[in-house]
This record gives sequence, C-alpha cells and structure tokens, in this order.
Amino acid sequence: MSELDNLYREVIMDHYKSPRNKGLVESDKYKLFHIKNPSCGDDITIQTLVDGGIIKDCRQQGHGCSISMASASVLTEIMIGKTKEEALNTANSFLNMVANKEYDKTMDLEEANAFSGVKQFPARIKCASIAWVAFKNTLE
Amino acid sequence: MKNSWIKDFPQLNNGLIYFDSAATSLKPQIVIDSINYYNHDLSTNIHRGMYKSAVKATELYEETREIVAKFINSNSTEIIYTRGTTSSLNLVAFSYGLNNLQKGDEIIVSELEHHSSFLPWQRVAKLTGATLKFVPLNKYGRITVEAFQSVITDKTKIVALTYISNVMGYMTPIEEIIKIAHKYKSIVIVDAAQAVQHKPIDVKKLDCDFLAFSGHKMLGPTGIGILYGKAELLKIMDPFEYGGDMNEEVNKDDSVWKPIPQKFEAGTMPIASVIALSKAIEYLQKIGLDNIHNYEMDVYQYAIRKLSQIDGITIYNKDSDTGIISFNLDNVPSHDAITFYAERDIALRAGQHCAKLICDWLGINSCLRASFYLYNTKSQIDEFIVATEEAVEYFKKLGF
Repeated sequence: MSELDNLYREVIMDHYKSPRNKGLVESDKYKLFHIKNPSCGDDITIQTLVDGGIIKDCRQQGHGCSISMASASVLTEIMIGKTKEEALNTANSFLNMVANKEYDKTMDLEEANAFSGVKQFPARIKCASIAWVAFKNTLE
Repeated sequence: MKNSWIKDFPQLNNGLIYFDSAATSLKPQIVIDSINYYNHDLSTNIHRGMYKSAVKATELYEETREIVAKFINSNSTEIIYTRGTTSSLNLVAFSYGLNNLQKGDEIIVSELEHHSSFLPWQRVAKLTGATLKFVPLNKYGRITVEAFQSVITDKTKIVALTYISNVMGYMTPIEEIIKIAHKYKSIVIVDAAQAVQHKPIDVKKLDCDFLAFSGHKMLGPTGIGILYGKAELLKIMDPFEYGGDMNEEVNKDDSVWKPIPQKFEAGTMPIASVIALSKAIEYLQKIGLDNIHNYEMDVYQYAIRKLSQIDGITIYNKDSDTGIISFNLDNVPSHDAITFYAERDIALRAGQHCAKLICDWLGINSCLRASFYLYNTKSQIDEFIVATEEAVEYFKKLGF
C-alpha cells in the first residue's frame, strides 16, 4: 500500500461521500464552534449537545478537503454516547496520533484510527485536526 | 531546449520540480553567496560605525539603492527599503492614504488584488469614511481600460491595482489607466510583486505615483521589499515607523526627520538581504528580463496546450500573460490534489493564494496554481502532465 493509499482509506472515503450527522440544528441547548482556515478554504462548524455529562448529539457542517470533511463526520459518530471526559481523552489522543506525537495506544479510537496515515503527511495534519479542535471548544 | 540556468539554483539539485515561483522564487548561488558574505565578513551596522567593515556595509547598502533605482528607472532617493510588498503597500495606505482621504472620497481597487493590495485600503476606507469601489472585471476576469473608466469619478483619490494578478497571471493595462487616473487627479499605486521579475519596468514612463515589489519573488532574499514613490509625494508624507537612524534631530518637545528615503527606514534594516538583492538584479539583467519572459512563456504555452487536452480538469486562465496556470481537478478539493503532486516532488500551491476575492469571482473555494520561471523546463512539464493525468484517474477511482 502506498503512503497515499494509506491516507485515503476506505473508511475516510466512505465518510467523505456519505457524511454522518451533517447539518446544524437550531437549538440553544447545543454548543457551537466554528473554525475557518483561510489559507486552504476549510470551514467547519461543530455543534454538541451535552446532557448529564454525556454527549447526546454532535453535528457538523462545512466545506473543505476530503480529509477535513471525513474527519468531522467520523468525529460526530464516535463522540455520541461518550461522557465528556471520555470524549476529551479521545479527542486528545486523536490529535496526538495525527500529529505523530505520543498518545495512549490502549484507547480505542474506533473508525478514527483510519486517520493514522495522516502523520506521514505533515501538511495535512491541520485538515484532519480542524473538526476535533472545534469539538473540544464546544465542550469548554 | 537546454536550460543553462538550472545549475545556478542549488535548491534544484535533488530533482525538485518547482512550480511555485509566484509564491517565492528560488535563489541563485550568487545571491546566497552575497548573504553569506555580509554575515561572514561584515556583519556590521550601516550609517553608524566608522570602522572599515561598517563603511563597506554602508557602501553596499547604498549602492544597492542605486542598482534598484536604475532597474526601474527612478532616482535613488525615491527607493525605500521595506520588508516586502505588503509593508510597502501598508506604508502608502497608512502614511499617505490615512492623511489625505476624507469622507466621500473614493478608492478604486479590483477583485484581482492580492490581500496586501486590498486590505490596507479596506481598513483606511473604514477609518476615513472613504468609499471602496471595484473595477468590474470582464468575462475572463481581466481589468480593462473601459471598465476602469466606468468607475473613476471626480471623487476618486486613490487607484490601487495589481500590475499582474497572482492567480490569473493577467497584465493590467496600467499605463493607460494611470493616464486616465491622473486626469482625475488621482494617485495610482501599482502592486508590481508579480510583474517586476517578468517585465522591464520604467516608472518614469509609467508615471505611477507608487510602485511596490518584493525581493524574494525576483530571485532575491526574503525580508526585503521596495517601495518606489515620487519624491514630491514622499516628501510630504509622515514617516511610517519612528526610531533609530530615521531622525536628524531629537528633542524633548519635537524632532526632525531625515530627508527621503532615510526617514522611512527606522531601525536596523535587513542589511544582508538588501545587499544580496543587488546580486539578484545583476543576475536578472545579465540574462535579460525579455529573454526570461520569452522563455517562461514558451514553457507556459507548452504546458497549457498539453493541460487543455486532459479531461477532468478545469483551467481558469487559458490566456495568462505570465507563466501562471490556475486550475482544479474536477470534484477534487485542491488540498487533496496537491498531496498527490507533493508525493512526486512537484511543488504547486493550493488554496486561495491570498486573493480570496478572485476565488469568489470564479465561484470556487480554492484552486491549484502552477507558476513557472526561468529554471523550469518542458521535460518538467511532461512529468507534471503525466502526474495530472494519473491524479485525475486516482481520485476518480477513489470516488471523488
């Protein structure tokens, strides 16, 4: 498998073509965070509903490259149902994984593991990270 | 066609195909040697020290001003060193524009502007109450004399336009525009960041009031830019930065500035970069800008002919006036596409190129840009074409 094939894995293409939890809802109960990367055109909004310390819903909306879009989609899917603490730990592990930093490998990143190939492409770390950084901000 | 210039650029020793010269050009060995010479042999400040190496540094610094002045046919007192085109254009906007504009005045810009030729004027317009007006682009995205004539009025005080667009590669008919603008008593500021390395510029013939460019896009180092301004305007302008070396007399209640150009050069300037810029100009002049332009246009024509035959891509400027091609692989975001090229050591640029307004005009989020210069060859274009064909196939197969 070439490095490029390792980047564009099936899971990523699946989420890019069929994004999950896409579209924002109008509700004050959701926390919303928007990030724009003007140099490349990535533009992502993440919306999170936390109730009783549990992520009850997570939505995403935006445009950009396949890596940024797929990563937003995967994020929303794996975060729903997690406690706030689990969610933060997962997000931190993911951000460290794509940036090729030390991270807790015992943690199950589920489908987000598909982004492990990103570390071989330093120019794309930002693409993979943008939704996750926005998500962390919705929890603050 | 054999390219005898490649060997002068050590950055190309590892086989890199560098198609990003509109972002920054590569640096020939004589420029690198010049930077090293200053740092290794001189490393002294200018206009201050009385010892030999300081005198030498001052000589080279001021000699470069003469060389730059000759390069664009101005007087050396009209050449101001800055950090780059961005600094040059900000200096004009805030030192001239802010003090000479008022509510109701009009500033003409275009959607082809780089952010550095647009944002300073957007800001100054907000601060002064002046109105920003845009030259309507024709259907290809060009600025025409007729379109310019349709927006200029007696209220126009500033015209700030790009000479050559960094996305479309189009050349603005700036000489005619300047003539018209002067009839309306407007000042014209020319962003020549993408022009000076391709086209001989004569500021006296153009009769522009200000003209800005960067060293690093014309084979020179980063950190050095030029602002040309007509002496009569520079003289009435306030300094933009205040500090060491720009003053003649400092008192508690008031101070006196040095004459132009020194009153605009506060603090220690990037001396190594200034000195090395003279070597870049020397190098360009030895080959001849017309020869360079003819060569790169030959490479461009070859590239555009071959690229146009590929299905599955969209080219936004099939008739560029310089070696710039802006394009996208259909349905493939530019940052996905560029990773494919990067894997083959082909350096393109992806994104909005600090020119979002023209991306909006084109109706795109971003695009790929290939920009050619004297060290590029047709055999590199062949590799680029093969990569493009394979990229189209690769992304199609993935499902883009």
